[in-house]
Amino acid sequence: MKASRDTRLFGAFTLKEFRHIFRDRRTIMILLGIPIIQIVLFGFAITTEVRDVRVALLDPTPNASARRVVDRLLASDYFQLTRVARSPADIERALRRGEVEMAIVFEPSFDRQLAREGTAGVQLIADATNPNLAALFTGYATNIIAAAGQELAPATAPAIRPETRLLHNPAIKDAYSFVPGVMGLVLMLICAMMTSISIVRERESGTMEMILVSPARPFMIIAAKMIPYFILSCVNLATILLLAVYALGVPVAGSLASLVGVSLLFILVSLSVGIFVSTVARSQVAAMLVSGMALMTPTILLSGLIFPVENMPLLLRWISHLIPAKWFIIAVKKIMIEGAPLHLVTREILVLAGTGALLLLLSLKKFNDKTA
Amino acid sequence: MNVITTESLTKRFGSFTAVDRVSFEVRRGEIFGFLGANGAGKTTAMRVLCGLSKPTSGKVIVAGHDVAAHPERVKRRVGYMSQRFSLYEELKVWENIRLYAGVYGMRPAEIARKCDALLRELHFEEGRDKLVRSLPTGWKQKLAFSVAIFHEPEIVFLDEPTGGVDPVARRQFWELIYRTADRGVTVFVTTHYMDEAEYCDRVSIMVDGRIAALDSPRNLKERFSAGSMDEVFRKLARPT
Repeated sequence: MKASRDTRLFGAFTLKEFRHIFRDRRTIMILLGIPIIQIVLFGFAITTEVRDVRVALLDPTPNASARRVVDRLLASDYFQLTRVARSPADIERALRRGEVEMAIVFEPSFDRQLAREGTAGVQLIADATNPNLAALFTGYATNIIAAAGQELAPATAPAIRPETRLLHNPAIKDAYSFVPGVMGLVLMLICAMMTSISIVRERESGTMEMILVSPARPFMIIAAKMIPYFILSCVNLATILLLAVYALGVPVAGSLASLVGVSLLFILVSLSVGIFVSTVARSQVAAMLVSGMALMTPTILLSGLIFPVENMPLLLRWISHLIPAKWFIIAVKKIMIEGAPLHLVTREILVLAGTGALLLLLSLKKFNDKTA
Repeated sequence: MNVITTESLTKRFGSFTAVDRVSFEVRRGEIFGFLGANGAGKTTAMRVLCGLSKPTSGKVIVAGHDVAAHPERVKRRVGYMSQRFSLYEELKVWENIRLYAGVYGMRPAEIARKCDALLRELHFEEGRDKLVRSLPTGWKQKLAFSVAIFHEPEIVFLDEPTGGVDPVARRQFWELIYRTADRGVTVFVTTHYMDEAEYCDRVSIMVDGRIAALDSPRNLKERFSAGSMDEVFRKLARPT
């Protein structure tokens, strides 16, 4: 009897949460659209990949071998020749006006020098306004020129020649690193923000008080709040994975089951974060600010989504350990991109599970304290 | 027969004593007015009686159960309506009724039957599928009250139920309260309107966490030689 009464009570709650979410068409569209927008933005708009870098060429005494080096450069997708300069001043002007991003300068009588000495000078001048990008494309250019040099003067091959192979992401596609990041971001955003707002809204409108005077137990109220957002997040997870695999061509290298399992765990953690925020925030605006600013910003900046955490100062690296999304992103990268088996992400799983359990316990305690 | 009994009910928040050794009884089926200025401790006391908050000390028996020991038993037997008529604005009228009834563990078939009967009694059948947000305040108030007594509690607690409602709606609301009390449900009501205090069977007036007076409105007026409850209240709560 008691069990069935509790079941009815729980059912009534869960049904109400679903009604609440799905009645608001606009919100539901936004919630389901967020992952698509994020993937499109990161996939096609915010790209740090090198493509079509505009190059100026200065070759004072036109040389056949210089021409071959340039042809090699242009044969890649990375560079396009947009200007043939006549003087160093010409190059400087083009760089300053932003007409080109890189200039390649051959020394006079490059051919003759190469033939006589077996070595000749080439200079790369890059606009380093965007330092990461400049480092990237000058690196590409250097590699290509070195390869061309090998062909032109094989005798001068250096004794030690590193051969680089990029594992897991040979084409250096951005999508490989941002898909796990977007997964972390979207799931955190929807779970934490929406749950916290919806709980705080009940407190503001006084309906929470009505529920608290009823025989319903706090545990049930919290669980009933979690279920609809859990399901919604699963839909989002599926959207992101499908888009990643079919639209961006990011393969799932590891086991799909492990990937989904870790993601479900992270969804639970994010829901706990939302519930915890709701016990701290007093108004809906506060809940939004806390989950929006205080949670999203560190998630974006410190989770390794955009900036590598390894290069940050020690203090920030320590803070980044507190961001649940960071652990999730590491785990997803390992499973999805590197194809690692589940036991290699044990540490990440334990951290996530611990965080979730801790937050839930704290929230329940706070919830109960309010009625004491 | 007493449906509420408190003995030295005390509630402290840190060093602040909100309710100070309050003892009183409420009889079954009566309309009990619980008055007091803002901050006198009436909301705190009422929250204890509903099982929302634990008493610091003292004994509180509501509907036959000790509130401190078995709050969930008390909760099942009381109804509560807050001053904000807390219904879910984005849900339809019948959805609100179903939710709150479901929370009290009522069966779906029973809910459906009683829901229809209730709407008929209120002459509000056409409002069944309306969103609560779209209802005028008077209807929200009536609906909130009906929801509070839907699971047939022994006592219904009303926390300033007539705030922000026009005089006609206020009058209709009190008719609803009388009808409920006639059915044997005890009505425990806080209010700031002294004319409403006159409608109660008995009235208690809280001052600084203690009950300064408790009697029928007529006896109180006699004792304080006052013409109205308003005068009684001012003599007690704002002694000059």
